[in-house]
Amino acid sequence: MATEIIQPGQVRRPPVSTPAASALGRLLNNYVVKSLLKALFTIWFVATLIFFLVRLLPSNPIDVFIQEAIVMRGLSVDQARVEAESLFALDLDRPLPLQYLDYLKQLVTFNLGQSIVSKGTPVSSIIMTFLPWTLFTVGTGLLISFVLGIVLGTLAAYRRGTWIDNVISTFAAFMEGIPQFVLGLVIIVFFGVRLQWFNIASQRGAYTPGIEIGLNGPFLWDVLKHAWLPIVAYVLTTVSRWILLMKNATTASLEEDYVNVARARGLEDRRIASAYVARNSILPLVTYAAIALGFSLGGAAIFEQVFVYRGIGQRLNEALNARDYPVMQGILLVLTISVVVSNLLADVLYGRIDPRIRIAGGSRR
Amino acid sequence: MSTTATTRPTPATAAIKPKAGWQHALGDIRNTFRMLRRNRGGFIGFLLVVGMLLISFVGPLFVELDTVNRISRVFAPASREFPLGTDFQGRSVWPQVVHGGRQAITVALLAATISTVISVVLGALSAYIGGRTDSLITAVADVMLTLPQFILLAVLAAIYRPRTVFFLAVVLGLITWPALLRAVRAQALSIRERDYIEAARSLGLGRWHVIVSEILPNMAGFIIISFILSMTAAMIAQVNLVALGLVPISGTNWAITIFKAQQTGAIYFPDSLFYILGPIIAIVIFQFGLVLLTRSLEEIFNPRLRGNL
Repeated sequence: MATEIIQPGQVRRPPVSTPAASALGRLLNNYVVKSLLKALFTIWFVATLIFFLVRLLPSNPIDVFIQEAIVMRGLSVDQARVEAESLFALDLDRPLPLQYLDYLKQLVTFNLGQSIVSKGTPVSSIIMTFLPWTLFTVGTGLLISFVLGIVLGTLAAYRRGTWIDNVISTFAAFMEGIPQFVLGLVIIVFFGVRLQWFNIASQRGAYTPGIEIGLNGPFLWDVLKHAWLPIVAYVLTTVSRWILLMKNATTASLEEDYVNVARARGLEDRRIASAYVARNSILPLVTYAAIALGFSLGGAAIFEQVFVYRGIGQRLNEALNARDYPVMQGILLVLTISVVVSNLLADVLYGRIDPRIRIAGGSRR
Repeated sequence: MSTTATTRPTPATAAIKPKAGWQHALGDIRNTFRMLRRNRGGFIGFLLVVGMLLISFVGPLFVELDTVNRISRVFAPASREFPLGTDFQGRSVWPQVVHGGRQAITVALLAATISTVISVVLGALSAYIGGRTDSLITAVADVMLTLPQFILLAVLAAIYRPRTVFFLAVVLGLITWPALLRAVRAQALSIRERDYIEAARSLGLGRWHVIVSEILPNMAGFIIISFILSMTAAMIAQVNLVALGLVPISGTNWAITIFKAQQTGAIYFPDSLFYILGPIIAIVIFQFGLVLLTRSLEEIFNPRLRGNL
């Protein structure tokens, strides 16, 4: 596209765009820049969605809050409005478009308002306290299930039609439809209460209360002892999808010409499996990584409640049931940002692994 | 614009298409059933789903819901009188399992219908019209796919507290369509390029006509798979939402029975094992059946997955 072919008899026209504009155009066409813009757009979209959900629709949380303050606590209209303004971090007297601009400005500076229930606690500090535990458990769980899914999926594809394939595929199909809540309860009832493989009560929290916090052995061991239950749960709920994707992709790439050629060249089976088949089959799994993260963060809201793990999911539940809107919207926003950022990483990584995407500059299939 | 196009059939069209699109699709479905019977996993899945549907929709005619509170028989173990024991108010659990499927499955069916209709209509339009409409629709779906959907769903439910089954289904349906849309669009794109679509277009048949009677019938199998998939997704989301206490719907529902069992501490009582397991097994069987069904349908419609190396 960059090189011009001048046909004989054709008059060469001066380029229409200025150099600056074409540089901008090239930048916008860059694969990484494109992904970045998409990520920013997604975050903006969610932030805007929340703004309008909380402010505009009938019986929105702010109206409800003001009304309840007047009816239940006997505040005057003005007092209630002032309280709502400080808690939700907004100025109700300003026209809506300006409120919206203020809101965006506050988001950029990470001012998410304060909790309604525990007054005076900034939402951002709540998030900083609870988010790391969830990201740690969800991240570890996803990593384990990704590797496990690749191994089991490849195995199932190579041993298609044998009992190994049957066992793996049936297991994956079985796990696929199980709601997180049901899985959590089954783990508690069977392995906790019935078989007594672990003590449910001592599993609660992210670490044992009173333990010395720091980078020392006993503390890290304690953290792991509390984290393994949710990690196992994340592995069990996500592994089925990795297995299915990997099995299908591997089955497809086993029929590709380059695999046949590699076989004909007399390459070792092991080398074909890793360098030819697996490398190509993993691609669709990478695209699914960000969705799996979003899915697992949703699962965190359930598992952390069932296992009583002190992460962001459980904090979100508290906020949901107490209708603590600033906390709710703050957590939703931060979790969205985590998913969007990991999606961005997956996009960039995908471009690295698969040059076809980068050169075409287009979106993934 | 398609008013002229609907005044068919002219001899020319009749010659090109001996069978109308949907009639053909029905034949395909009959064929599919025949293949399903030979596919072991698919057949088992089909039986499980039909079995659970029968229990949930016909069973309540034979098993009466137990509404008697027995303070002295709270959390009773399974017995001849109470096949699955009793709940926290001393009511028999077994009738709750039989009656609990209707609402749960209805919500899943409704939500799946909504999300399938949205994704099929938008996906087919997107692929057929292309251009700016296509970019807009795929961009919105892309953005919605990148969100942590269940968290968004939970926040929505916390704000609006869906009190009716229908409202709950609408919320579930509106959240789950983007995942299907991409697949529908990809499928429609590949169909669009085939010769018979070209033929229909060159005959001057309208855009809607081409979409409704040429493209969609050829996607029938695919649409069925999407529908079942979004049913499983809706069931999962429903159970999880109930588990968070965000769905104040009344009635007997597997999800609500499990939630109540957890809330009242039944999961810690050895006697209440079947109280908690009854509705759980019902959900798991139904979901497993649905997933098995989709897996084998995928194998039937996509022979590439079927072949032995």
